[in-house]
Amino acid sequence: MSEEKIISIENVTKRFPVGDGEFTALKDINLEFRKGEFAGLVGPSGSGKTTLLNIIGSLDSPSEGRAIVMGRNISDLSHKESALLRNLHLGFIFQVYNLLPVYTVYENVEFSLLLQNKTSAERKKAVMQALEWVGLQDMADKKPSKLSGGEGQRVAIARAMVKKPDIVLADEPTANLDAKNAHAIIQTMKDLNKALQTTFIFSTHDEKVMSYLDRMIHLEDGKINQDEHISHQMSKP
Amino acid sequence: MKLAFILAYKNLVGSGLRTWLNVSVLSFAFVLIIFYNGMIDGWNEQARRDGIAWEYGGGHLLNGDYDPYDPFTLQDGHDTLPTSENKGLIPVLMRQASIYPEGRMMSVILKGIDPGQTTLKLPTQLLAERSTDLPVIIGKRMAEATNLEVGDEVLIRWRDKDGTYDASKATVVDVFDTNVPAVDNGQMWISIHQLWQMTGLQNHATLYISETARNSMEVEGWEFKSQQELLQDLSDIIEMKKVSGSIMYLLLLAIALLAIFDTQVLSIFRRQREIGTYIALGMTRLRVVWLFTIEGSMYSLLATAVGCIYGIPLFIYMATAGIGMPTASQNSGVIVAARIFPVYGAGLILGTMALVVVSATIVSFLPARKISTMNPVDALKGKIQ
Repeated sequence: MSEEKIISIENVTKRFPVGDGEFTALKDINLEFRKGEFAGLVGPSGSGKTTLLNIIGSLDSPSEGRAIVMGRNISDLSHKESALLRNLHLGFIFQVYNLLPVYTVYENVEFSLLLQNKTSAERKKAVMQALEWVGLQDMADKKPSKLSGGEGQRVAIARAMVKKPDIVLADEPTANLDAKNAHAIIQTMKDLNKALQTTFIFSTHDEKVMSYLDRMIHLEDGKINQDEHISHQMSKP
Repeated sequence: MKLAFILAYKNLVGSGLRTWLNVSVLSFAFVLIIFYNGMIDGWNEQARRDGIAWEYGGGHLLNGDYDPYDPFTLQDGHDTLPTSENKGLIPVLMRQASIYPEGRMMSVILKGIDPGQTTLKLPTQLLAERSTDLPVIIGKRMAEATNLEVGDEVLIRWRDKDGTYDASKATVVDVFDTNVPAVDNGQMWISIHQLWQMTGLQNHATLYISETARNSMEVEGWEFKSQQELLQDLSDIIEMKKVSGSIMYLLLLAIALLAIFDTQVLSIFRRQREIGTYIALGMTRLRVVWLFTIEGSMYSLLATAVGCIYGIPLFIYMATAGIGMPTASQNSGVIVAARIFPVYGAGLILGTMALVVVSATIVSFLPARKISTMNPVDALKGKIQ
């Protein structure tokens, strides 16, 4: 992990309108993430994990405070600028994979690169490399409907990683997977984190994921309860 | 742009049967619009051609007292024209008369025309034959109405310029076949030289037919009507027919567009996660709106392609073989050919393509606009109602 600070959350509060009133999902959050971190936002449902992840991902903006990602204040970005930030610097992995159903595995992974106007040769090289990282080179022509849950999530990882982003945001990536697949998926991400120095931030309450994390930020009722850095002395199960 | 087309095409083809149902309905509307308009254009073209060839020539110079819509003006609506003025003009004298085929009395209009004229397609050269005393030619409709055939004799009674009745037997020397009822129904064509003799109206004419097309002519006491003016009634009828017919195909087009609109609304609702994913992967909302709009437009592009596959052979066949018109249409008083050969111009095809593509794009854009106001977080969760 380098010392380079790539995310800075400063006094972030997020409120949502509920009926006539408001629900405060995040309360005065202050956090920093450095390049190459393998961190997790952990806590029960409704604790604000996904909301914080969405703000970092510039899919949402804070009601108060500042979220600075790759040196850009999320609240100041136009739609076009935040789309560019996501396309160039951020990768997303979702709980239900969110693969585009009419595209093949190859096309799903290729999608981000198409938006970057890369040449066909560059795209092919990058896609095949990403599929190799997740061990799915032989499934490039398959449609998502033909994949198992574990394979689907590995395609999602390849899609997130193919553009070699600075940050990958993974929202409950193992929630729909069995234990074996969950471990395999996390291990893949851990390997990529080490190999490419990509910052991974998870939202999870899965014990299996937590056991791999280098840093765990405990959230409860929209507040940070604990921010612990873990050093792993023992091998993973 | 190219990417949006590629993605839209993949999404459409990936949608399977739903896409092809929309495409087939839209392609049917596309083919029907071209077919119907081609048919009307073919009718228009043939009718104008036949009207000029059989009736109008290069335009009519009408006597000022003659009103084509008032038969009573035939009595006095005629005059002579100075020789200096009638160059390139064919005189036609029209007189009311009665004929007695099979003992029945029928009112007819005797039309005297120069047998040597070649401007109109009427076989008037037969009127110059001297094998009978009073040769006449009639159209097939007149022949049907009177039961007269070539070689039949029929008694004609007419009045001369002083109102005195006279009568003679005429011989039908030809029954011509024309699509123009105005030179056929209730009419008998004879040599104008004989009609002048019969009526004492030497050198008089009710109207003159110009041998060449001209736009205007100034003769005192006479009114010139160009081809365009003479064909105006026909153009009005065809225009009216076009409008009434367009209701049918616009309804069909509306059904097809409604299907696309409905598909788009459903698609945007059903594909919220996909929309959210596009945004998360780095597409702007406007670009996603564009993608969905192109998807809708793509229906129209596929529809035109599919329409061309079965439409082009159909159009070629129709344009070659023509479409037979019912016998009743021949007696409608309007110029209708027995077979209409549709005409498919580039303007018609490109115009119809533009109509289908633009309207499909608009109905696709309307629901797609919703994406621009979507919260990507809600879209990713599929929470938008």
